[in-house]
Amino acid sequence: MDTGKNYLVGIFSDEDDVMSGVPKIKEAGVKIEEVYTPYPVHGLEHVLGYSKSKLPMIAFFFGLTGTTLALVMQIGMMYWDWPMIIGGKDFLALPDFIPVTFELTVLLTAFGMVGTFFVTRNLKPWAKPKIFDIRSTDDKFAMAIDLAVNKKSVEEIRTILSEAGASEVNEKSFE
Amino acid sequence: MHAVNHNLDEKFNFTSSLKKKVFIVGIAGLLLMIAGIFTTSSGDHHGEESHEAVAEVVVQDQDQHGEDHALDAEDSPGEASHEAQPHGEFSWADRLKADLWINNMYFTGLAIIGVFFFAIQYVSQSGWSAGILRIPMAFGAWLPIAFVLMLIGYFWGGHEIFHWTHGYLYDKSSPLFDSIINGKAAFFFWPTEPSGDYPFPIFWFVRLVLFFALWYYMFVTMRKTALKEDIDPSTKYWHKLVKQGAVFLVIFAVTSSVSAWDWVLSIDTHWFSTMFGWYVFASWWVSGLAAITLIVCLLKGAGYLSVVNSNHLHDLGKFVFAFSIFWTYIWFSQFLLIYYANIPEETIYFIERMSSHQYAPFFYFNLIINFFFPFLFLMTRESKRHLAFLKIACIAVLAGHWIDFYLMITPGVLKENGTFGLMEIGSAMFFGAAFTFVALTSLAKYPLVPKNHPMLEESLHHHI
Repeated sequence: MDTGKNYLVGIFSDEDDVMSGVPKIKEAGVKIEEVYTPYPVHGLEHVLGYSKSKLPMIAFFFGLTGTTLALVMQIGMMYWDWPMIIGGKDFLALPDFIPVTFELTVLLTAFGMVGTFFVTRNLKPWAKPKIFDIRSTDDKFAMAIDLAVNKKSVEEIRTILSEAGASEVNEKSFE
Repeated sequence: MHAVNHNLDEKFNFTSSLKKKVFIVGIAGLLLMIAGIFTTSSGDHHGEESHEAVAEVVVQDQDQHGEDHALDAEDSPGEASHEAQPHGEFSWADRLKADLWINNMYFTGLAIIGVFFFAIQYVSQSGWSAGILRIPMAFGAWLPIAFVLMLIGYFWGGHEIFHWTHGYLYDKSSPLFDSIINGKAAFFFWPTEPSGDYPFPIFWFVRLVLFFALWYYMFVTMRKTALKEDIDPSTKYWHKLVKQGAVFLVIFAVTSSVSAWDWVLSIDTHWFSTMFGWYVFASWWVSGLAAITLIVCLLKGAGYLSVVNSNHLHDLGKFVFAFSIFWTYIWFSQFLLIYYANIPEETIYFIERMSSHQYAPFFYFNLIINFFFPFLFLMTRESKRHLAFLKIACIAVLAGHWIDFYLMITPGVLKENGTFGLMEIGSAMFFGAAFTFVALTSLAKYPLVPKNHPMLEESLHHHI
């Protein structure tokens, strides 16, 4: 069975049920792919055992790229390629370069992070989003369990989810 | 989460061994100051150095804007009077007065920022900070001492610190008459006209007294309300503090700027900068935040403040990090416009600081320790959540902003004769010990945690 095709979706109707249910389900040996919530739930990422986000590092390097690019561009233009005297300053008037450097640092960080978001969330124009349950944008909490990575049978997982507090358990398949 | 039992009645115990340590630092500072005075008064080679430096500055001045005769001509009476001052020779006493003023400004800032932080937490209705509010509140106890020190500074050292106190500047018949300063006379002397050798600056002095009176009154009022809450568990005191805090913020918005003009900007009487009020405030604010954070870290390390966890430290760390950047932003905004416009009457301030061998190292050090260091050091999440990291960053920021005030005050008072040595280090240690002693004594009087603060529960569960 291929991964990412056949799912069991546990629907929870309360935040507390999800928070208390996740450890029980994990303890029973079921691997949870993701939990979709209508709003950010504090502490859920800890319960699910997510590793530390790499986003700050990625942002830092996008910023560093911006800083470098801005300085290389300005020094290249104003000092090396076509030296110009502006306001009686030196060709290499570093204080003058700082606002542009700052702006490009911010700009590249922002663009880079939007790009990172699109790439990591699979938001290509031609990508078909996986919607496990449309109600996860309204008032329900949807827990996606990939059947391909779990050895237990559908029935077993269904019982574990219900016992952990799921109000309903649905099957969902994607092409 | 509810299992943790917090002792909400705990008080800080200012033990005699801790007092002894603070005293030792203070006495060591005093001895360093005295040693510094002796080495300064025995050295005689200062005169030669100063002539060189004057020549250097003048040459650079001409390089930069030799063409601008009109402005130069207008500037010249002021320049002349600097050199012809009756006390043109600088002694150790002048240096001591400058150091006194640096410490006055710096520690007044810490004290009033404590009150400001306290007020702003109520006005913004913040929950996270409820457990640490007693620490900034304790800083305000320094205000009356700061006021006395300001009076001593003015009456003992006013004429050396402030060039504008000299009567001849306003006397049209005097060869030292200065039309620029005369134009600013009302700012100091209103409603009188300056007359005599040393005219009394009524308007300036009234502001000094008024600011301290308002600050201290607001501090005492807010403290009284906060302490009533400890006895009577009612939310009405919290609502009252929101209102009192708002009143204080309005007062502080005006007084922080005007006090910066009065006490720091007026030292360089010819010069002006519209950023200056913000610049002093930014420096005060970030050093105040660093002082609050440092004391929270030290108390936490000593086993107090169980209500504070790494999430609160993270928030305090973010404050120090963010406002180090804010200070840099203000600093650079002031610098860039003056650099770019290149108007002699403005650039003189930075020429004195950047292009002189006495101050240039401090000028660049100022940026490194107050911007690059906290920026890179406190950037990661983990560094803001650990006591050891935060302590290092806070000590660096506190030391760095002392240097910042040194750079604001000493070049204006001592001109090219300013140095940095035992007297500066000693005075900072002495004042630092005195401030710590007063703040900790005040802290020990009341429970460390405002146990009836309506948002204390929220603070206990603070999580980021």
